[in-house]
Amino acid sequence: MTTIELDRPARRSAASLTFIVGLILVGLHVAIALLTLVWTPYDPSSTAGGRLEAPSLLHWAGTDRLGRDLFTQIMIGSRIALQVGIGAVGIGAAIGVTIGVLAAFATRLLDDALAAAFDILIAFPTLLLAMLVVAASDTASLWSAILALGIALSAIVGRLTRILAKRVLQMDFITAARTSGTSWPRIVVIHILPNIWPTLMVNFALQFGLAAIAEASLSYLGLGAPPPNASWGRLLQEAQGTVYTAPFGAIAPGLALLVLVIGINLFADGLRDVGDPTRRRSR
Amino acid sequence: MVLFALLRILPGDPANALLGVGADADQIAAARQQVGSDLPLWQQFVGFFTSLARFDLGTSFVSQAPVSEEILARLSVTVPLTLLAFALAIIVAVPLGIIAAVKSHKWYGGLISVFSQLGIAIPVFWVGILLVTAFAINLRLFPSGGFPRQGWGNPADALRDLTLPVLTVAIVMASSLVRYVRSATQDVLGSDYLRTARALGSSFIEALLRHGVRNGSVPIISILGIELASTFLGAVVVERVFTLPGLGSMLLLGISQRDYPNVQGVLFVSTLLVLFIGFFADLAQRLIDPRLRDRSRGAAS
Repeated sequence: MTTIELDRPARRSAASLTFIVGLILVGLHVAIALLTLVWTPYDPSSTAGGRLEAPSLLHWAGTDRLGRDLFTQIMIGSRIALQVGIGAVGIGAAIGVTIGVLAAFATRLLDDALAAAFDILIAFPTLLLAMLVVAASDTASLWSAILALGIALSAIVGRLTRILAKRVLQMDFITAARTSGTSWPRIVVIHILPNIWPTLMVNFALQFGLAAIAEASLSYLGLGAPPPNASWGRLLQEAQGTVYTAPFGAIAPGLALLVLVIGINLFADGLRDVGDPTRRRSR
Repeated sequence: MVLFALLRILPGDPANALLGVGADADQIAAARQQVGSDLPLWQQFVGFFTSLARFDLGTSFVSQAPVSEEILARLSVTVPLTLLAFALAIIVAVPLGIIAAVKSHKWYGGLISVFSQLGIAIPVFWVGILLVTAFAINLRLFPSGGFPRQGWGNPADALRDLTLPVLTVAIVMASSLVRYVRSATQDVLGSDYLRTARALGSSFIEALLRHGVRNGSVPIISILGIELASTFLGAVVVERVFTLPGLGSMLLLGISQRDYPNVQGVLFVSTLLVLFIGFFADLAQRLIDPRLRDRSRGAAS
């Protein structure tokens, strides 16, 4: 591999532009989510206007079939999407990185078994795994959705961690550390994690977007957070029933989700370009 | 085995699903005997495997119909939906992906990339809802959902009902495929063999078609296998949007009714299909790339 830096200035500014745009879009959602903790334009659970009103200055996204302000619910949906994203990626990362690193260190047999387990789990679509976990837990709640997505994501994280960690383990400095008597937990903390962290972070960001979409799908199917939580998926599912009379209700929550996921993806792209110099050249 | 464990973890006795609220203890005991949940766990487990080996998926707790028949009936909706969408996605995505890579500096190359970014960021059911809004409600071209009761007895009607679902799946699938095709093409464009072919006097198009497609398609095919499998199972959501009587709605209904044989049957058949798709993707890759053939033979001996 050549290490000559062919990076043109124009390319670099384009890369950081995607990063900044992504950061702004995600930041917008974070700000709105934090805002809903202290203030919303209307009370989310009481009627604020007529039924199925079109968007107006009073109700930016119109009202739902019970006359509740839709914009308020979308704002709360933003909080729920972030909660699910952070929770699911957190759980997925905790399980996935732990097992992935263990697999990289384990004996050949255990490593093969774990690798095969990852592959089987990955062959199953995230959504289906999550549906099974949700169905297996007693009642559908926000936490069962988070847990379900976290478990489904952990296989993807685990496989990536294992591959990355194995690559680092072959490096000379690991041999040096081993011969000088460093214990393996210490090798993980000082040598492996810092080396695989940038790639993992990019992956976590992408998984965050996946989790947000999957959560919307789960609640669309009625397996996500139950009614008091205004998840975007549930808003869309409710709006589908009244799409003939109030099409806007079926568009606005989807737009909110679109903005969040695009923001996350751009952010991840930018993160990759910033964090990985070898990638910077080829893009 | 995983299936068995997961399904037993599901709380709630399936016998309860058979009975209404307020059944007395005798009725519950009778129902438990009927569905077999009074047997010890290991007996349920052994029974589960012996019947699987005979491709006997049991009978539904709720409707008492054989599970395999129900699955076959529902596959007649899900399989055409998946395959049509898959074919459409390939037809659209492969040329677009190649154009996006070759003409990346032109405005339409960039536009394709932007659209595929958008397509990845939206959930499949939202695409469905938008298509319904546009084509079923505003233009009144296609029905917003449903499927003829007699199935494929009237192919024209069935196809009409499948148009929007197929489009929905194809749009989402094509947008992720475009990205893979684009990056595979970019790899090909930077390769030495393409430059050599050009130096030997092939035109750019000829070199790309003769050498590029075969080389570039190897990684794409393994992606296609995964995509096809996930589309097949992702049909759950699309079938819900368009209220199609497919495998996905059978699974959802089974979960909500705690109808274990139905859920088990659907998952068993889906897993089998997913494994088969992976196997065929592997096979196709070896047909295209002789190097993979040699490597696997070397590893086996």
